[in-house]
Amino acid sequence: MSTHVEPAQAEAAAGVTELTYREAIRAALEHELEADETVLLMGEDVATAGGVFKTNEGLSDRFGRERVRNTPICENGFLGVALGMAVTGMRPVVEIMFSDFLPTAADAIVNELPKFRFMSGGQCVVPVTVRSIGGATGRFGTQHSATGESWYMGLPGLKVATAGTPASAYGLLRAAIRDDDPVLFFEHKGLYGRKGPVQLGDGGILPIGKAGVLRPGDDVTVLSTLLMADRALTAAEALADDGISAEVVELRWLRPIDYDTIAASVSKTGRLLVVEEQVHAGGWGATVISELTMRGVSMRPAALSLPDDLLVSYSPALEDAILPSIDAIGDRIRSLVEA
Amino acid sequence: MTTTAATERSTDRTAWLRKMLEIRLFEDKVQELFMEGKIQGTTHLCQGQEAVSVGAVGALEDRDYLTITYRGHGHALARGMTMEAAFGELMGLTSGCCNGVGGSMHLTDFSRNLIGAFAIIGPSYSVALGAAMSAKLRGTDDVAMAFCGDGATNIGTFHEALNMASVWKAPVVFVIENNLYGEYSPLRETTPLDDLADRAKAHAMPGVVVDGQDVDAVRDVASTAIARARAGEGPTLIEAKTYRYRGHSRTDPAKYRAEGELERWKERDPIDLLGAQLASDGSLGEDEQRALRDEVQAEVDAAAERAAAAPTLTLEETKAYVYAR
Repeated sequence: MSTHVEPAQAEAAAGVTELTYREAIRAALEHELEADETVLLMGEDVATAGGVFKTNEGLSDRFGRERVRNTPICENGFLGVALGMAVTGMRPVVEIMFSDFLPTAADAIVNELPKFRFMSGGQCVVPVTVRSIGGATGRFGTQHSATGESWYMGLPGLKVATAGTPASAYGLLRAAIRDDDPVLFFEHKGLYGRKGPVQLGDGGILPIGKAGVLRPGDDVTVLSTLLMADRALTAAEALADDGISAEVVELRWLRPIDYDTIAASVSKTGRLLVVEEQVHAGGWGATVISELTMRGVSMRPAALSLPDDLLVSYSPALEDAILPSIDAIGDRIRSLVEA
Repeated sequence: MTTTAATERSTDRTAWLRKMLEIRLFEDKVQELFMEGKIQGTTHLCQGQEAVSVGAVGALEDRDYLTITYRGHGHALARGMTMEAAFGELMGLTSGCCNGVGGSMHLTDFSRNLIGAFAIIGPSYSVALGAAMSAKLRGTDDVAMAFCGDGATNIGTFHEALNMASVWKAPVVFVIENNLYGEYSPLRETTPLDDLADRAKAHAMPGVVVDGQDVDAVRDVASTAIARARAGEGPTLIEAKTYRYRGHSRTDPAKYRAEGELERWKERDPIDLLGAQLASDGSLGEDEQRALRDEVQAEVDAAAERAAAAPTLTLEETKAYVYAR
């Protein structure tokens, strides 16, 4: 089978377009399904009505229900299927409807996907992309609102990506699908309606393992992912009027982490605020602060995270209250800069 | 059977006997090398179960896929892995099929479409199903065969794989080697069935019980299931009733077995059964069988010696195995 034959249609679609995050995901899937007939999309309800979050609109009509395939509800089972497909010449993209469901497939994610190539002595590649849809703001309650982004970041053999903007969603998802290693790719369901410029076509594919500077600044580095990256950007822009220059860095890859970009930014600003939709313990924020400290980067670090002693509620007011808001991020940036 | 077919079968049987002897003597040698400290960690041996490996795996074409488990030395050898590559892997050396990185529980050989050996129960089934679906999607009529033990029929992934395979009419053959014990626990302490092939009913596919000590019977059942899968008629669940002579793993003396149970099973030793048949039908006499055993033993010893001469990888060299890029 041929791989990566760039179709005329994708070329025609090239150029910067204003897309929602949802449309960016859909475009990435469509372009990869189009470019490489070994790519397929599978998961619960992915082929029906565009998927639960409408990210797959029209894909099963266009590519057929063999390549855009509904599965039963059995995450560990169908991730094993994806692994078997991947080592025999296919390039499966698997949708996990809620990141909260990832632990039901922990054997596949922890023991199989990252270790398979290694244990075989490098006899195979494992090009599986796991799209995991997470995060709060949807009023989905305690078991459907985790980002889950840091749960599996400590596994050699796995790559972990997060998308905080439409451009990241498009560029990182295409990079993940094209990569020969298993990638856990996190989307945030609170961002699906968010609009932004997206460079369509191969030029919009983002590099693996590189963080993105969303906004340059001199006074403080704000490092974040997913919805928090979006909020951090808004907060930083509002502070510009007050003369505070915040550099907003979207982490993008939790494995491998782009310490060079982060260290360069923090060396310049001398301050680091991590904003994360997760508790601080055991997450990427703590890991980054630790690594930069060990590298001798001189900085004043701070973290705005979820409370360590609470969980996300259903109640809309309570759900809103537990998340770092744009105002709270702005206040924390200000206090860090003015301290 | 026609005369020609009967002659072919007789030739096959001699080859099967040879392969079963290879597996038996390989496993015995592993035990010996363990005592010498040349193999470490743990091993899960399959003496007594050779007819299942040889009968079922031998029914596959080279182009078909195979997944196995941590009790997989027999399957790997039946698939054609060289003893040197298997010994080397158990010794952790570059002579091994995975350059010594995987060890006893992960005998993998993509050059023979042996695409995975799993140390955790369940994914041998789901991964084989993935290979089967991949074959189907790529427009081939290749099939996949997966092995698991009796204990694995109680984990969710087993049922998830059977369910999906049935819904998708996947070209896959699932084999359960029922050796009566899930690690140390007798089957009926953990499982409310005597015939595990009954599990197939819940997933709307044929479930077949076969005498796992009879290589001819295993071969026939496997061939039928493979033909069915190749014809696009869907999956089959085969339960081969067999017995492991050793404990679950190296440290297990298997004291939980009833007195006389092992001896009763040894009366139906798969190698003896086939040997007696070949002697009685005149295709391979007892003297010839003794000579064959000596010959295989010499091959086993030579393979172990060759394997042991290889070096180990450096940690730096294993880096290339973690990520493809």
